Amino acid sequence: MSLLEVKDLHAGVNGNEILTGISLSVEAGEVHAIMGPNGSGKSTLAGVLAGRESYVVTRGEVRYQGKDLLAMAPEERAREGLFLAFQYPVEIPGVSNMYFLKAALNAIRKHRGEDELDAIEFIALVKKRMAFVDIDESLLQRPVNEGFSGGEKKRNEIFQMAVLEPRLAILDETDSGLDIDALRIVAEGVNKLHAKDKAVVVVTHYQRLLNYIVPDVVHVLMDGRIVKSGGRELALKLEEKGYDWLRDEAGVAQAQEPARS
Amino acid sequence: MNDGRAQTQEWYAAKFAQFEKGLNGGTSTALHGLRRASMAKFAATGFPTTSHEEWRFTNLAPLARTEFIPALAGDDAGVTHADLEGSLLGEGAAAEVVFVDGQWSPNLSALPSLPPGIRVVSLAQALRQKPDEVMAYLSRHVISDGTLPAALNTAFLHDGAFVLLEDGTALDRPIHLLFVASARPVPFMTAPRIVIVAGKEARVTIVESYVSLANNVYWTNAVTDVFAGAGAVVEHDTLQIESPSAFHTGATHFQLGKGSVVASNAIVLGGLLVRNTVSAVFEGEDGECTLNGLAVASGAQLVDNHTIIDHAKPKCTSHELYKSILDGKARGVFNGKIFVRQDAQKTDAKQTNRTLLLSDEATIDTKPQLEIFADDVKCTHGAAVGRLNDEQVFYLRSRGLDEAAARDLLTFAFAGDIIRRIHVAPLRDRLTTFFRTRLQQGRVASEDLCIP
Ligand SMILES: Nc1ncnc2c1ncn2[C@@H]1O[C@H](COP(=O)(O)OP(=O)(O)OP(=O)(O)O)[C@@H](O)[C@H]1O
Ligand SMILES: [Mg+2]
Repeated sequence: MSLLEVKDLHAGVNGNEILTGISLSVEAGEVHAIMGPNGSGKSTLAGVLAGRESYVVTRGEVRYQGKDLLAMAPEERAREGLFLAFQYPVEIPGVSNMYFLKAALNAIRKHRGEDELDAIEFIALVKKRMAFVDIDESLLQRPVNEGFSGGEKKRNEIFQMAVLEPRLAILDETDSGLDIDALRIVAEGVNKLHAKDKAVVVVTHYQRLLNYIVPDVVHVLMDGRIVKSGGRELALKLEEKGYDWLRDEAGVAQAQEPARS
Repeated sequence: MNDGRAQTQEWYAAKFAQFEKGLNGGTSTALHGLRRASMAKFAATGFPTTSHEEWRFTNLAPLARTEFIPALAGDDAGVTHADLEGSLLGEGAAAEVVFVDGQWSPNLSALPSLPPGIRVVSLAQALRQKPDEVMAYLSRHVISDGTLPAALNTAFLHDGAFVLLEDGTALDRPIHLLFVASARPVPFMTAPRIVIVAGKEARVTIVESYVSLANNVYWTNAVTDVFAGAGAVVEHDTLQIESPSAFHTGATHFQLGKGSVVASNAIVLGGLLVRNTVSAVFEGEDGECTLNGLAVASGAQLVDNHTIIDHAKPKCTSHELYKSILDGKARGVFNGKIFVRQDAQKTDAKQTNRTLLLSDEATIDTKPQLEIFADDVKCTHGAAVGRLNDEQVFYLRSRGLDEAAARDLLTFAFAGDIIRRIHVAPLRDRLTTFFRTRLQQGRVASEDLCIP
């Protein structure tokens, strides 16, 4: 059984179809990369998987650990180990990072039937995890993402991931906005968290990240569907040639579609 | 309607006559002259109706048609120490003065000796000891059309609190004035009068809290005057957690001497119909005034906050932040007046009003009113009415918090912005605890929680 199984997923907003038929399987232990031009639907896919309610799924299904993911509330998905690192992390004035993260972790632990952590145990865990992403302690005392720089927000996402230890992490352009050193540190953090029973889906525009987080499969998303999947070398080819050559191939595929159905 | 109005006026006139009789000849004093003048002011118009500009959104008819008996008995009405447990600040306060139905309770109060130059006494006592001194302050209160119910406070004025800090004195811990409404079943009106005088360079924090012991109908009609001398630093925190059937009208007025710093934090959590007017006037240059407010209402509650800041002198700063959280069919009203007089150059005034609506039926009427007659000034105002941010709710849920918990956390954060401005730690703790109980499953729970 795949950890994540997406079948012919169609989704959109206000009657506009953004995802036009996505199929994708992610096995435990794998790292997948999703690349694709701006506006192709990468964040929409990530959002649909995390349960963002503004998207309407019109066709298809998603199974996560064998369960119907689309039937689950966003918090249930999180408690079942799904984690989305946001492309644009949300600022929440007035809510401290630490308070929020403790509440999140304890909600997840409770769901797993584990004891909730008290303040002291939580701090101890936080201290350990901070090192993974080299995040400054002062950021943790501040309200969630409020006034954080672009890079600080991204680090904070991975810090949260390090504390929550998800089974399936979807990182939506976590590399954008990170400086060269931060990129390496964050990528190493992600690698350290990776395990045989876990999977990572990284959405990125740059092959650079994939030097650090080495993918098993690279998918190219265009106009709401996966037009090509391949190994690492696909990312290098994209870096070199851009997307136009794929657009032509996709155009052919699109023209053939009526015959297929 | 007219009949009703006449009846109301007759009712209070009769009560006033009884009150006078009970004064046993104490009717020739300057104080009584003040009472009579106020009674005459009320008698001339009765309660304002919604056709009055200052009362457009707040219909006092339910208050006007209830026959409230002015509470004058000097007993504790059966209130015991145990009843006050959750309401006292304890060690956190330098003194706790308890009033039952507006009358000072020596039994329930804790009045340890204070440093020299600092006096905390009941108003009745102060009037007996130094009537002229007290009268000088009492007579400076102005009853405007916007605070007309306060006319009845002055008419029935007989007790309350008198706090005086001589020049240069200071208290680290706050003085807590706790007003408890007893469980008396007959509708009654309490008319506590509070006078706070901070001399030059004096520093003090006053907490006024209003609590109930039952879900009974009564009317708190409170008037507070705060005189901040030159260079004085005063924090004034009001916490109102009254019966869901209670009426509350309050008029708090600050007079700021040269270079004084006043901060007011007014928290309203209870009451059926609440109208508070907080006003401030700068009487010298370089004054700094902060007026913060937080109202949380659900069910059929109405909370009306009026503020008036009078920049009568140059180079003064005022900051105002009033927030409301409204659920159920609750209604909120905010009216913020700022006057900048002609010679009040270099005025810096900022007013913000924010409302969080948690239901479709809750409403807010908000109106900033800036009247600026000077040219070299900085005045800004802003009002925002909104709901919880869906993106924020989703972000929290995507980390595992359920929807209700996410909504409660965001609602509390909205309120926390005001709560953290209060410098009295035990009061902040109390508010935080109360909030966490009152926010339930993403909603503001019933106001019944306001009674212990
Ligand atoms: N809530 C929305 N309302 C309207 N249009 C939307 C909404 N969300 C996404 N879209 C549109 O769907 C398309 C795909 O957007 P999406 O954010 O998924 O792209 P992306 O592949 O992540 O792009 P980028 O690389 O720039 O992050 C875009 O054209 C976008 O404008
Ligand atoms: Mg995107």
